[in-house]
Amino acid sequence: MAETQSLPKLRVPGPAPYSGSTAQPLRHSALVRATHWITTLSCIALLVSGIEIVISHPRFYWGENGNVLTPVLFKLPIPSSRSLVPTGYGFVLADQNGWSRYLHFQSAWLAVLTGLVYVTAGFVSGHFRKSLLPRAEDLSWQALGRTIASHLRFEPPGAADLWSYNLLQRITYLVVIFVLFPLAIWTGLAMSPAFTSAFPASVTLLGGRQSARTIHFFVAVSLLLFLLVHVGMVWFVGFASRMRAMITGRIEKPMVDA
Amino acid sequence: MTDLSRRKLIKGGVAAATGLAGLGVAADLAKNYGLIPPDHAGIWGVGETLNYASYRLLTNHSMAREFTRSEISEKPLANEMPPLSDEFKKLQARGFADWRLTVDGMVDRPQTFSLEELKSHPSRSQITQLACEEGWSYVSEWTGVPLSHVLEVAGIQPQAKYVVYFSIDPDWWDSIDMSDALHPQTYLAYGMNGGDLPVGNGGPLRMRVPRQLGYKSVKFINRLAVTDDLRNFGKGLGSASPEGGYAWFAGV
Repeated sequence: MAETQSLPKLRVPGPAPYSGSTAQPLRHSALVRATHWITTLSCIALLVSGIEIVISHPRFYWGENGNVLTPVLFKLPIPSSRSLVPTGYGFVLADQNGWSRYLHFQSAWLAVLTGLVYVTAGFVSGHFRKSLLPRAEDLSWQALGRTIASHLRFEPPGAADLWSYNLLQRITYLVVIFVLFPLAIWTGLAMSPAFTSAFPASVTLLGGRQSARTIHFFVAVSLLLFLLVHVGMVWFVGFASRMRAMITGRIEKPMVDA
Repeated sequence: MTDLSRRKLIKGGVAAATGLAGLGVAADLAKNYGLIPPDHAGIWGVGETLNYASYRLLTNHSMAREFTRSEISEKPLANEMPPLSDEFKKLQARGFADWRLTVDGMVDRPQTFSLEELKSHPSRSQITQLACEEGWSYVSEWTGVPLSHVLEVAGIQPQAKYVVYFSIDPDWWDSIDMSDALHPQTYLAYGMNGGDLPVGNGGPLRMRVPRQLGYKSVKFINRLAVTDDLRNFGKGLGSASPEGGYAWFAGV
């Protein structure tokens, strides 16, 4: 695309610090890459198993209690795997909750433990401060407006975006890491009668078990939306280069050492 | 090989060895402290073991949330269930006067109780939530005799580790560890919201384990077996649930 060449080069930060003299600089550290892909794997497992579980009761409520005898907040227009649930469909899907629940919790453990490693390392190494916290000069409504406008115009990214995240990316990643994931974990635990016996405030603060379940659903929908937009953006800006950066850590194709 | 990569290699090797040794020690400790669930084998064993072990470490003495009378659900949902057997219908026709609960296994005084006998023991009530793994829930008042009391009457032997409980429906049986069996909120429930426990909700006698999901509160209980080894029951997975693909531990 010719336009790409004529875009003004605003700011090209230097290569990330690295050790070793002959190697190319790394775009993503080994820890970020490993935790990224483990999280990807567990999130896909959580989504698939979560959808299977919700099929057994595609109705949502607010407050402490809800069942087929009580009014709904809303229901999903899908068939169910339980004959007791009135769906309007003339058939009942097969029950998949056994393995789905096993898989959901096993993936949740993997995601939470990986998340702990990532967040601890992110604070210790300064990854959050350097790479995710918006730069001081970007913290203005004008800067935010400019980024949103350039995204809405589907402008191809500048060279700076190859080496660092733009403002919108930083805000989105921070929300996903520090709002959506913690909320998903909290609302998930608030549905466990064993957990709430030890920590009753975890569910009462949310307004009850059914409220926790409903929030859990919306957090999951938000994470799914993030996943779709994230993958869409990677596709748009250059699937091969971004995948290479997240798999090998390098921006360029590997050079053959003489 | 440069100094840097050699140092890295040594560091990695030490870390891996420490990790493996740590895992071995952890597995040993977990076994000794009863943190391994009966369905720990297979591909879901890791998650199931982490769930159950956390429960055992975090919640030994915790109490399930209790509610006020005003929070009792208007209609306690009777979940779908398989058709009742002729044997059950015969007992129902006689008002469950011939219903018997047998207690056997590792007890000093194996015995059977009629419902009347169970009701003559100290009765307790709790207003707790029944939450189904599917997602729905209701709150009701459950009345019954604490399982710990029945076990005391029968005299559990010191080596006992689990209580296995059976429904009159041969497809349903389950088990809990001693910590849950002796928990003050674990009841053999025969009453609900001031009346007899309706058949749809598991009457005449239902196990009530409020710190776990509904499927652990098995309906139509007619036998308890105290044991130190779950491998002697069914396929050895601790309950009918894992045989049907569901986790033995239902606290989450």
